[in-house]
Amino acid sequence: MTRRQLLPLLTGAGALAAGFALLALGLAFAGYDAPRALGALWRGAFGSWDAFLSATLVRAIPLISIGLGLAIAFRAGALNIGGEGQFLVAAIAATWVGLQVGGWPASLAVAAVLGAAMLAGALWIAFPVLLKLKFGVLEVISTLLLNFVAEALVSYAVTGPLQEARHIYPASDPIAASARIPVFGGTRLHWGIVLTLLIAALLWMGFTRTAWGFRLRAVGTGSRAAKISGRIPVQRVLGSALLWSGALAGLAGGLEVSGVTLNLYQNLSPGYGFTAIAVALLARLHPLGILATGAFFGALEAGAQGMQRDAGVPAVTVSVVEAIVIVIVLLVEARARFGWRLRTPAAEPVP
Amino acid sequence: MNGALLVTGFLAAAVRISTPLLLAATGELINERAGVINLGIEGGMLAGALAAAIAAVAGGPWLGVLAALLTGTLVAALFSLVAIGARANQIITGTAVTLGSVGLTGGIYRSAFGVSGPALSIPTFEAVRLPVLHAIPVIGSALFEQPALTYLGWLLIPLAGWFLFRSWWGLALRACGESPVAARASGVPVERVRILATLAGGALAGIAGATLVLAQVGTFAERMTAGRGFIAIAIVVLGRWRPLGVFLAALLFGAAGALQFALQAMGLAAPYQLFLALPYLVALLALAGATGKARAPAALGE
Amino acid sequence: MKSFGSVQALRGADFVLAPGEVHALLGENGAGKSSLLHVAYGMFPSDQGEVRVDGARVLLHSPADARALHIGMVHQHFTSIAALTVAENIALSAGSHAARQGAFRRVSGGALAPKLRAEELSVALRQRLELLKALAIGPRILLLDEPSAALAPSEIEALLAEVKQFAREGGSVVLVTHKLSEVFAAADRVTVLRQGVTVLHGAAVSSQSAATLAGAMLGASGRGAAAPPRTRSTGGHEVARIDDIVIRSGELIGVAAVEGNGQREMLRGVVGVERPSHFNIRVAPGAIGFIPEDRTTEGLIPELSIIENLLLGRENDVLWSRGGRIDWAAAKRHAIRIIQEFEIQASGPDAPVRTLSGGNQQKLVLARALQARPSILVAENPTRGLDLRATAELHRRLQEAAARGVAVLLYSADLDEVIELGERVLVVYRGRVSEAPVRADRQIVGRLMLGLGT
Repeated sequence: MTRRQLLPLLTGAGALAAGFALLALGLAFAGYDAPRALGALWRGAFGSWDAFLSATLVRAIPLISIGLGLAIAFRAGALNIGGEGQFLVAAIAATWVGLQVGGWPASLAVAAVLGAAMLAGALWIAFPVLLKLKFGVLEVISTLLLNFVAEALVSYAVTGPLQEARHIYPASDPIAASARIPVFGGTRLHWGIVLTLLIAALLWMGFTRTAWGFRLRAVGTGSRAAKISGRIPVQRVLGSALLWSGALAGLAGGLEVSGVTLNLYQNLSPGYGFTAIAVALLARLHPLGILATGAFFGALEAGAQGMQRDAGVPAVTVSVVEAIVIVIVLLVEARARFGWRLRTPAAEPVP
Repeated sequence: MNGALLVTGFLAAAVRISTPLLLAATGELINERAGVINLGIEGGMLAGALAAAIAAVAGGPWLGVLAALLTGTLVAALFSLVAIGARANQIITGTAVTLGSVGLTGGIYRSAFGVSGPALSIPTFEAVRLPVLHAIPVIGSALFEQPALTYLGWLLIPLAGWFLFRSWWGLALRACGESPVAARASGVPVERVRILATLAGGALAGIAGATLVLAQVGTFAERMTAGRGFIAIAIVVLGRWRPLGVFLAALLFGAAGALQFALQAMGLAAPYQLFLALPYLVALLALAGATGKARAPAALGE
Repeated sequence: MKSFGSVQALRGADFVLAPGEVHALLGENGAGKSSLLHVAYGMFPSDQGEVRVDGARVLLHSPADARALHIGMVHQHFTSIAALTVAENIALSAGSHAARQGAFRRVSGGALAPKLRAEELSVALRQRLELLKALAIGPRILLLDEPSAALAPSEIEALLAEVKQFAREGGSVVLVTHKLSEVFAAADRVTVLRQGVTVLHGAAVSSQSAATLAGAMLGASGRGAAAPPRTRSTGGHEVARIDDIVIRSGELIGVAAVEGNGQREMLRGVVGVERPSHFNIRVAPGAIGFIPEDRTTEGLIPELSIIENLLLGRENDVLWSRGGRIDWAAAKRHAIRIIQEFEIQASGPDAPVRTLSGGNQQKLVLARALQARPSILVAENPTRGLDLRATAELHRRLQEAAARGVAVLLYSADLDEVIELGERVLVVYRGRVSEAPVRADRQIVGRLMLGLGT
């Protein structure tokens, strides 16, 4: 392996190690039994085949899907921070369609559900795309704000139009049997994982071997040169990258409903949209790497549940690990570009 | 229902709801004018809210404000170290800071107070009646019978205006936001100015969180800021990066928030989720409408 | 009095400034003149050597230190802040609002209204603002870094007069330039730098001639490979039309204009990246090559490799593309060919473009522009920042392209370059283009650039 390829791996490993070290320190400081907590974390994620397949990998699927979408957007330099909202809106769409397709043949039903989910995700990001292209609004803020609207929408759906027939719980009825993605026998792992693997492979080819992937990279690293010398329609490239990003985040929502929860309820996502940012960044936007980091963060989330159950540590603390990972990757990248000096030189040298 | 009472109630609610937004937005205005966009403001607000809750229980509301100020500054310091000191991407850094803050505050709150413990009873701020002014009919008791922190927010606006446009250091700060290269050539210590501006923004974000807990809601809940920090960023845009504009935009959002109560009082039924979503929708529309003529600081985010 | 010792980017350059004089610092592009000034102004630390003011050694960590010692600088690229007003820009430089009153009294000039924003000023006025900003700190020493780069001939005269006045009143001036004419017009003494070393120390200008100075600048080898005398070709078929001016294949046409008069919109209108409102432009179908003004932000993507940069704009070229897929092996072979043909110095085709020198980057841009066999090649200031050898080579390649039938439109802020190379000269003034008479010289074109008629 060349040095160039080794460095990102080392960075990633280092970032993770640092994240855990800080977590352990924090836990100890807060009075928890740190070794016990970390042990529970491990067991929750890898303690048994069942843990691995039904907890870790199941949680990895939405992370990978959203992460792949983020890879497309980030590669072009567009920052989609609305994965959470796109996921939720897609879940609503998936649930609604899933309730309608009772009589359909299974493959058609599933396709309809997932298709609706992807469409919903893309539509949800379409408004920010419009705002960006027409009004120059930072997509970061617009996608962020829509996350909250999506949450409100889910809340409305499960207490109103989509609420279950008995009107007791704020949740929907389960979707039709034909709309459910089959699982691997005995586990909770569903065929969605194969789909994400396929998409990752496709995207990898797309990024490295096609003119489309090249244009994405050109726009993301030098949009002005891309526009003037590359004659690349930067606006269109950014817009479509964001739309695809929304569609893949939507797919995650559809997969979650159709393969795991089988219905809709509040707090469907434990922050998948944000964790996926760490997933994508840690893998340096490499689609195959995202498979690995997605699995890892899935493990983290699964382990966090175990940690809360067995050691009483609130599961939400893993967000801290994620944040630390992001920061360390950022620092390393910045260092690669600017060096370690904390203060910039007095002036930029004139060429 | 009595029309005048309705107006008064609406106005009072609007002002009350706008205060945390105003404080956070004023802080963000300062650092954005220096060229730094800090998405970590949401995290700073949330951390400040928790700090305020804990400190207030221990030693009264003003201690809560102090704790919030320090906490918000600390969060901003972490952000500055990475985004300004190491020159990492400001947007992603801010997102990470907020993410970490949500996790940390959630973790601390749960371990300290349990998963669904009873709401904390926190000593809050009483409304302060301004003499004479509060007797003005209709608007008097709405505008001039507010907690002290509201008046603080109002005071900061002309102060910020004077600082930005009439003092040399305010000029230097604006220069950092327009062209750091040119500012540096004029002898302005750009990094130092940006860091100080960001810390100031963080301090105000913390106080905004304190206001939320101690002068509005009265308790702490996980993720209680619910995106107010991001709305503050939208307010800065809508206010065209000017103090007066920020003040008016914050009021607008306060009004949007207060609309819920007004409409309910008038007997209009609508799903409460609509009101939940309203501020964010308003923010989105405002962003679209505002950037027509707004001039962001040229070097924002660089 | 001020002296510098040897410096990192410079290999043994020193310079001594006496009070009350205009001291020219002469050298070709890349000789180190700007670097020396940056050291003097505290923008660059020097590894070895030192700066002394009035005999005492000083340590400059930032421009603030230099300004505290009453050293002011007028930079090559405008450092006024577009969105701030004239008054605010001066106040910023002066360090306080009060000091600007003094600055205003010093230089009267009705055209510079205090409330105007810098971006609303013309280029010449903006240059004047630069000068005011430097003067606002009440300097004893003024450092001028190629201040005339963007000015028309008569504006340059006015600037130099201003500079001489400052010296007459007791200040000292360091005037960095690569133009001999300015040295003779304004300087008392001259120091010449060549490749980072001082080769002529503070000689009185009166004792020098153009030949001796040119010799010092360029070294014993004499003039670098000069561009061969232009052959006047009779143009071929029409390839473009701007308003009522016809451009034919095989012509090398110079474009002269003061910055901000619309030449950029016109040229980019020909290329097709902008749609100008002023000009009526018609271009025959065919590929158009473009060398944009700013090679690192508009021409190249510094992070990407040579291979990738060559693909920019041509990722669907049949040479390496089949139905949307890219054959990187073929692209690499192509890149290697280009590197050889254009003699680009690089560690390999995978090298990120930011590792290339300015001259090599520009060659890459030119190579890419030509690889599509364009009918028209538009070049904006292609030799800016290049040393004499690189400049001469670029000129040669442009002429070769013209000889092969490409219509070349060359815009340069250096009037001499435009007149030397261009068989025809177009002048753009206030959004209108006209053609200079045959054999028009510097003076005539200069007047046209200011709209003064011949």
